[in-house]
Amino acid sequence: MSASVVRVLALWSPDWPVTAAAMAAHVPSHRPAAVIVANRVLACSAIARARGVRRGLRRREAQARCPELVVLERDPDRDARAFEPVVAAAEELAPGVEVVRPGLVALAAQGPVGWFGGEQAAAEKLVDQVAARTGVECQVGVADGLFAAVLAARRGLAVAPGDTPAFLAPLGVEELDREPDVDRSELVGLLRRLGLRSLGALAELDAEDVASRFGADAVLCHRLARGLDPRPPVRRTPPEELAVEVELDPPVDRVDAAAFAARGLAERLHRALAGHGLSCTRLGVAARTVSGEELHRIWRCAEPLTPSGTVDRVRWQLDAWLTRSRTTSADGPGAVCRLRLVPEETVTAGALQLGLWGDVGEADERAGRALVRVQALLGPESVFTAVLVGGRDPAEQVRLVPWGDDRKLDSGPMSMSSPPLSTGEVGGAGPASPAAAARGPQAGVRGTGPARGGPAPRVDVGEARGATPAAGADVGTADPTQDVGAVSDSWRSAAPAGWPEDMVRLTGRVSAGDVAAEEGKGRTTNRRRRVPAPRRSTGRPAVPDPPPSWPGRLPAPSPATVPPQPLPAALVDATGRPVRLTAPDLLSAPPHHLVVDDGTPQVVQGWAGPWPLRQRWWVADAAAGSRVQIAVDGGVALLLLAREGGWWVTGIYD
Amino acid sequence: MPDAVATVTTARAPRPDHGSRLELARGLLRRLEGRSESVRPAPVTESDGAVLPVAEPLARLLPAGGLRRGSTVALPAVPGATSLLFALLAEASAGGAWVGVVGRPGLGLLAAAEAGVQLERLALVPEPGADLLAVTIALLDGMDVVAVSGAARAGVRAADRQRLAARARQRGTVLLALGSWPGADMELSCSDVQWRGLDAGAGRLRSRRVEVQLRGRTVAPGTRPAPLLLPAPGSAVADVGQNVARPAAVTTVEDERAAG
Repeated sequence: MSASVVRVLALWSPDWPVTAAAMAAHVPSHRPAAVIVANRVLACSAIARARGVRRGLRRREAQARCPELVVLERDPDRDARAFEPVVAAAEELAPGVEVVRPGLVALAAQGPVGWFGGEQAAAEKLVDQVAARTGVECQVGVADGLFAAVLAARRGLAVAPGDTPAFLAPLGVEELDREPDVDRSELVGLLRRLGLRSLGALAELDAEDVASRFGADAVLCHRLARGLDPRPPVRRTPPEELAVEVELDPPVDRVDAAAFAARGLAERLHRALAGHGLSCTRLGVAARTVSGEELHRIWRCAEPLTPSGTVDRVRWQLDAWLTRSRTTSADGPGAVCRLRLVPEETVTAGALQLGLWGDVGEADERAGRALVRVQALLGPESVFTAVLVGGRDPAEQVRLVPWGDDRKLDSGPMSMSSPPLSTGEVGGAGPASPAAAARGPQAGVRGTGPARGGPAPRVDVGEARGATPAAGADVGTADPTQDVGAVSDSWRSAAPAGWPEDMVRLTGRVSAGDVAAEEGKGRTTNRRRRVPAPRRSTGRPAVPDPPPSWPGRLPAPSPATVPPQPLPAALVDATGRPVRLTAPDLLSAPPHHLVVDDGTPQVVQGWAGPWPLRQRWWVADAAAGSRVQIAVDGGVALLLLAREGGWWVTGIYD
Repeated sequence: MPDAVATVTTARAPRPDHGSRLELARGLLRRLEGRSESVRPAPVTESDGAVLPVAEPLARLLPAGGLRRGSTVALPAVPGATSLLFALLAEASAGGAWVGVVGRPGLGLLAAAEAGVQLERLALVPEPGADLLAVTIALLDGMDVVAVSGAARAGVRAADRQRLAARARQRGTVLLALGSWPGADMELSCSDVQWRGLDAGAGRLRSRRVEVQLRGRTVAPGTRPAPLLLPAPGSAVADVGQNVARPAAVTTVEDERAAG
């Protein structure tokens, strides 16, 4: 039997989850630490174990036994990432390793043992190598088969060839339950209750009896206990090294010189990629400066990079870094001494990701080339396209995406800044609706706003907005509410009942995904309330997660000019006193003159509002504001925002 | 060109007779034509030809019924100019045209989307700085419409304007100048701007009545200004008399729903 079983060398780092978590959290190694999952200790460090912490203890008990215990979180990805250098270090001495799990490496013992002249020597070499390269402590075990080798590694033993069954026999059956991925506690408990307390006792049973009594997994355990490993280690193929780097000697602090170096580097990268039949869609540009600073940035590209595109991006990046270092520090420690290009994401060269936003036609390609040329002139963050996102101000409903970045990459401010809103929205679309709907628009209008806290008032507003076209905008005012009612009556005759006005306008015009989704949202809410039973087939795919409706948003038309920074303004009444808010929805006096940015006073022709806006109450610096539309002489209309005692121009209806 | 002339002189010397000279001249002409074609890679690629469509009320106003490719149109900086820009861009953008806007940081993109401009084909270069000219030239090569703002601030001289106009003509791109642009083919300006929908403390902005005046070299002098709603209560632009734009908007919605 030993002829068929391969000698396996196992390299085991004890308590790897704790080691990795402690490294990531910078916990000093002399402090007791434990990784706790679901209130139970998953792994603990040797020091913690010395203080009485055991695997499976409750967190409270572990902390009672060891009060200075550092509690760490589990992160399998982090464990795997942190283990990669260990694997690489072992691989340098002994190619063909198998990563059984983070913390445990197995390799065929024959090669290293033969090369280093003995199992002891090979084990020492490996442990030293890993410790020197990564600072991680390891133990080595050698035995016939992986299972026995792992158990030997836990004890730091080398089991002589053929002695494996003898080595296993006195060990307890609990050793079968050491793998974190497989739960054999039931089987182990059963075996113990049956009096089979050691692996040797289990091994003495007949395989047929084990199979008929305990099932398939027990057959595997039986084989393991007899020292018959099911398979030899699977040799890992080292990942292809595609990154290219160049040492810049002397260090480069001029963009043109760096770009020259980048050109050669990009060509090398693309030769390597072409050799593997790959194209790069995410390029990491890394540089090290003479002061030891490591700079890294990842460029995403919708289409695979060409060599010239790579050169451009490297040049823009270096330009940005070098100019930044020049502006931030006068003595210029920012010269780049090493440049490295890492293809972070590759696709097969044949399977290019064409037609991300529909077919990329000739015109689109031509436009893309022109935009990339502008980026080459001005830098990557100079050319934008816009995506509509959620929001209430005209400015915050638009997100600018640099050209080349993915327009749909993240949901932007919609999900970032307003988690409570989305929950409110779920309520609005859900079964809570009928009660709120019954109260009608007026009730909804009074239940002003996002500011009053929980989702409930927001449901009201959302429903009201669905019922009357502009209620969302005219929230909280008396007169506009009347006005809205009249409008909505005339509107219903023409539009599908309950459609917000701006939504109807947007339909079919804007192809941005947000608007389309919002449109779907309007329809669902509407249908649920008024036409409960028959679901008309719209032929469109259902929108799975409708975006928030942003009650309080101003309806169309939106200001055609949105100043990048709000302009300060002064609003004066007929007697020359400044107009201010006496309540969120009440002005102290009708405005008569408007002065924008200390310019000449303009006579106010008409005004409407104020419409209160309270949002982001959970942010410390959020201020409530009220919006007013003002038309002045000469046909200019402005959107003013009253905030913190002053007036600001946030939009010009140009 | 100089070597072509040289060919003429050298070829003319040995054979002075008329027939061969005519042949020679024709051949030269063909060669020059071929050469100029190879220099300029067919600017008009779209099937709709030399005119980019604009919305109906504006199309009636414009002599070509749209934005003629290669032309330069100035939109003086008066109230309403930005809305007029969006109204001009909307139809072409919906038809697949690419639009670039240079030097205009505070563009109300939400209003652009409401007017019907496709934001994914609207490229913005808000801060070109001193490179405004170079950026505009680069965009003229790739875009269908390029709107330039702040040209006077960036120190664009008359010669530069001519250069840009020539480039636009050569590439078949419409150059829209926001602000003063002497030498433009056409100039569209708004006057008598009047917002509707606001009362003393009530209502909200709904539509705006403007008189759009067209001037320019290719326009007969004395053309009357056209009263338009810009924006209108259901679209970017509408005739003043046609204040029932809402049903139109609704039918499009209904159609779309029926068509799925």
